[in-house]
Formats: sequence, structure tokens, C-alpha cells
Amino acid sequence: MLARVARAPESRFPLRVSESGSDRPSLLRRSLAERAERAGHPSTGGPGPSRSLVPVGSDDLVDQGPAPPSPRRSDVDGFGRSERMRSLVRRVYDPVYRHWFRAEWEGFEHIPTEGGALLVANHAGALPPDAPVIMHGIESELGRPVYGLAEDLFRTVPFVGTLWSRAGGVVASPENAYRLLHDDGQLALVFPEGDKGPGKLYKERYQLRRFGRGGFVEIAMRAGVPVVPIAVVGAEEAMPIIYKDRRLAKLLGLPYFPITPTMLLMGPIGITAYLPAKFRLRVLPPVHFDVPPDQERYSRGRVMEEAERIRDHIQQALYEMLRARRSVWFG
Amino acid sequence: MRVLVTGLGTFWGARLAAALERRDDVETIVGVDRHEPPLPLERTEFVKCDSDFSIMHRIVQATQVDTIVHTHLAVDSTQVSSSTLHEINVIGTMNLLAAAGAAESPVRRMVVKSSTLVYGSTFRDPYFFREDTPRRRSPRTPVERSLVDVESYVRDFAEDNPHIGVTLLRFANVLGNDIDSPLVRLLRLPLVPEILGFDPRVQFVHEEDVIGALVYASTSEAPGVFNVAGEGTLPWSEVCAIVGKRRVPLPPLLTGLAVAPLARLGVVELPPEVIDLLRFGRGVDTTRLRRHGYRYRYTSAGAVQAFAEGLRLRSTIGDSRPTYRYQRDLENFFRHSPAVAREESS
Repeated sequence: MLARVARAPESRFPLRVSESGSDRPSLLRRSLAERAERAGHPSTGGPGPSRSLVPVGSDDLVDQGPAPPSPRRSDVDGFGRSERMRSLVRRVYDPVYRHWFRAEWEGFEHIPTEGGALLVANHAGALPPDAPVIMHGIESELGRPVYGLAEDLFRTVPFVGTLWSRAGGVVASPENAYRLLHDDGQLALVFPEGDKGPGKLYKERYQLRRFGRGGFVEIAMRAGVPVVPIAVVGAEEAMPIIYKDRRLAKLLGLPYFPITPTMLLMGPIGITAYLPAKFRLRVLPPVHFDVPPDQERYSRGRVMEEAERIRDHIQQALYEMLRARRSVWFG
Repeated sequence: MRVLVTGLGTFWGARLAAALERRDDVETIVGVDRHEPPLPLERTEFVKCDSDFSIMHRIVQATQVDTIVHTHLAVDSTQVSSSTLHEINVIGTMNLLAAAGAAESPVRRMVVKSSTLVYGSTFRDPYFFREDTPRRRSPRTPVERSLVDVESYVRDFAEDNPHIGVTLLRFANVLGNDIDSPLVRLLRLPLVPEILGFDPRVQFVHEEDVIGALVYASTSEAPGVFNVAGEGTLPWSEVCAIVGKRRVPLPPLLTGLAVAPLARLGVVELPPEVIDLLRFGRGVDTTRLRRHGYRYRYTSAGAVQAFAEGLRLRSTIGDSRPTYRYQRDLENFFRHSPAVAREESS
């Protein structure tokens, strides 16, 4: 069942953000406006007066009536994300989400409707389809932007890097995550398995890898936000890896070089084709850490313990979901 | 307050002296440089001296200044050779710090004008550098290397002289109608270069905010390191759109080789640090200085807008600024001759 969460329908802060999209853009706009309003330091240079209202040591700016129109010409925020681009991506991706993967959620009410939270999920598939599915689902249901933290691999590739960041990709670094979660109060999605998750072979499917060194727990503690675990079933079968070539991976500087069934059928272009596996996602209850935020350091043992517990929750949820699953393709 | 400004012959030194002259709490302003001030100044005393500041000790002792503002750091590597860069930035700062930290030195406040170049620009960077975020890669270009060296000397100096309040200001790329910098030169071209497939987030500070922040830091208690930049970042494509320029792509591979002929032909010179910036951009967190109390006049986008307006004005009326030439005798006459009627300052 797709849990729909009731939200206020109208935006009181009309901003010049895209009107298009099959989702509810007014809610996205609202959350953007809230972010722009946040007193701290909004990462958008965008909508708002171009000059501070109280000028220093000068008299030529006082009392000019209403603030001048914003000089901004695009809606690209401090993380390189553009809501207009996101909404376009969502429009293109929506049929894939609905009709190809037929994604279904449970426990959607566990996703906070406001404030920062770190979404943590299992990661799978040669070219992981789980990130777009999670981002698409939450953004179209809740109207909240989700930033996808990922490796910096893409940033050096022309066009791809730009497109990736316009569509909500952010380089996974403690600084970026802290800023998103703590300063901007956003939802950030992270896969603690890193490339070890997608890089596993088909026969190892749904066996969670190590959750790094628990860095994600430390960030959440420091930012004072909960971790929301999400278990994803379907990504493993959407693009399984049947063989990995070490030498090619090394040559190309990639974490792994996969051979997928679609690649066997279609050649290299097969890396862009997903099998129509049924996606089921289960959001687990948020984990709050009972520690003060902004500490210099947190107990290594505690961090590892929490990371392991979250990993175990997701693993158990996956086993449960797999027990209930009758068919890979029909769920 | 008695203030010594280094780099009086540079754009920033002269501007800062002019701004300090307007303040009543600044009693004396002494400016040092090898070159003469480019602006008419009312009461600033100009001392001509070598850029390595070897006689700084005597100047500090003689003038009994309590505040030194070190604006004389070269950040535009297209204008000076790398050996001059080293001489000005590293050796100059060392001598200045030695003079300021000498026994019985009257100096109690030190402001250094650094640059966000010290953070570098790589694909691994955090999107917003905080003052305590280390850079991701060791510096590659001479200008970055020299600034990183300078900052480490300044840090040591602050540690060794706890009685002196040391402020290190890191300025983002500056935009304004009068300033000349590699990025400003790029944006003045009829076609603005970009690197194909890259649209980096960039951040600017308006020249008025540069002077504003320097005055703020030299007249208030603000020890520590501060980023100075307009709020927010914007993509390079948007910067060009606001300025109203078309973009011309440079190849993403071997960009350095591709732009070398442009420099030869005198079209535009793109130093390596600017190529890095056009590829990966840079953003800095500006919370610290704002929390301390400085009020910015311009956001990043606002600075671009003001720059665009200045460009349009100039394209209509031309460069109409009066040219000024420093004449020592004349300046001395106005300042010191008994024949000039002055208001007696108490």
C-alpha cells in the first residue's frame, strides 16, 4: 500500500520555480521557500533581495521602497540542484517508477515531513536503480526534496557531472552531509555500503555488506538528526551482475566492471536497460541518537554499535520481505 | 587609531586608505608600497619602500602604529612572475610580521587580506568550505602555494603574539566596476569561455564589500579566520546570462594547452587556478563573519548584477574615470606646508 501523507495543499510563498511535473510542485515550492527563509545560512543565493536590507556605511541604498527583483536567472541552489531540472527528471522517470518497477512503499509515515533526516538504504544493481526510485517516491509523495549523496566519481565527467548534480546528486562528504542535514534541514539519502553493495554478484543478493566505518551514524549524531532506514527489494534483480572483470575495472578506474544479462543480449548498451523487477520499499522507524549534537568526536564503539544495529534492522526487514515475496517480477 | 596599510600603490591599499580617511576614529594612516598611490588621498602619508618590506621595522617604530592592514598580497598570477609573487607574498609578509612582532612593537591588531584560493578547487571539495575545512589537495600553482605559506606564517605569528589580535580574511573572487582580475577580464570579453560540459558553482564578493570587510576587521575586535564572500553560489552559465554574454566552450581535456595560444594572442590569459575554478567551482561558508556582525551589501548574484550594470554603463559612456598621478611635492605641500589653512585637530 502506498501510504499517502496529508499535507497542506497550498503554497503561501509563491516562488518562481517550475510549474511542470506530475507531482505536486506547490509543496516542493513551499519547502524551498522555508529553506530560503531559514535564518542561518541558506545555501541558495536565490530568491530574495540582492542586497542586504541594512547597508553599511552608506546612504545611497536606504529607503528604496520594495526590494529590487532578484538578479537570479536560474534556480540552481548551493548544492548544484535545480528544482526545475528535478521536476523534468521526475516527469520522464514517472512511467519507469510506476509501470516498469511498480514501486510500492510501506511505512511511509516514518519519513519526517519536516526537518533534516538521513535516509539510509541497501544498495544494489550494477547501475543502482534504488537511488532514483527512493528520491522519486519521496519527492512526489511528500513534496520534499531528497538529496542523493554519492561518490565523487561523476564530477569529473563533462555533462554527466553537471546533469547529476542538477538532478540532486551531491558528493558524499561529511561537510556536505552536515550542511544539508543540520543547516538546511533537508532529507539526504545515503548508501553506507558504498560501491560494495552494487558491486556484488547475483548469487550474493540481499546479503548486506559492511556499513563502512559507521560515518553516516556519526554525521547524523553531529547534525542532531534521526536516521531513517529503508529496505529495498527489487534493485538486485533489476540489474544483476553475473560476472565482474577486475582488469577492465582497473583500466577504466571504476570500482567494478560489471557484466549484466542485458549486456549479454544487447552489448555494452545493455548497461542502461533494467529488467522489470517489482520494487518494494519498507521504511523502518527512525532511529534517534540520544547524544548532544556538534561534538568534536563521538565514541567509536557507540558509532559502530549503532551502525551495526541499523544494518541488522535493514537485513532483517529484507529477509522478511523476501519471505513474503512470491515472484521477482510481480512481487 | 594609527593604521599602517601595506600595498598603498595597489587597488585595494589605496581604496582602503580612502575609506579609513573618512573615519574620525582613525587618527593617522601611513601607507607603504613601491608604487605610488593610484587614487588621490587626503591625509594618508605615503612611504615608498621595497616590496619585501625590509625597512618595515623602522617605519613601525617611527610611526607607532597600533594596527597594520596587510593588503599587499598578489593573487592574480597573470600580472606578476612567480618569483615576484614569492617575493611579494612570502618574503614581504615575513618581514612585515617580524617588524610587527618585534620587542616593544606598538602593534596590537593585524589584518591580512588573503584569498579563498587557499582552499583550491577540486572535484572532491565540500560545496561550502568553512574556515576550518582543510583543502583537499596540496597546492599546485605558485599563487596558491605562496598564499598557503603566508597563511601558515600568519597563524604562527598569531600563536606567538597572543597580545596582538590577528584577523585573516579570505576573499572570494571579486567583482566590481573598477577591479581588474582574471575573472573580470573573462567576463568583459565578447564571448566568455567555459569548459565544455562543466557548469561550476561560483561565488563572488563585490569590491565594496571587500573594502567594507577590511574596514570592519581593522576597526573592531575580530581575531581569527573569516571567509568573505557574497551569500550563495550560482552556476557560471547564469553569471554569463546576468552579464548578458554568450559562452564559448573550451575542450574539457588538455584545457591548459588549448588556452595557451589565447594568452599568446593577447586575448585572455587563463591561469591554472582559474581553469580549475571553471571546472569545479568553489563555495565558502560566510556564516562566521556575518555572525560576528558584518553586514554585506551584496549577495553573490547581487555582485554579478552590479557588475553587469557597470559594464553596460561603461559600454555607453566609456571609461570616464579621471586619471590621477601622484606628485610627491604637491602632496607634501598640501599636507605639511604652513601656507595651507587646515582645521586644527584636537
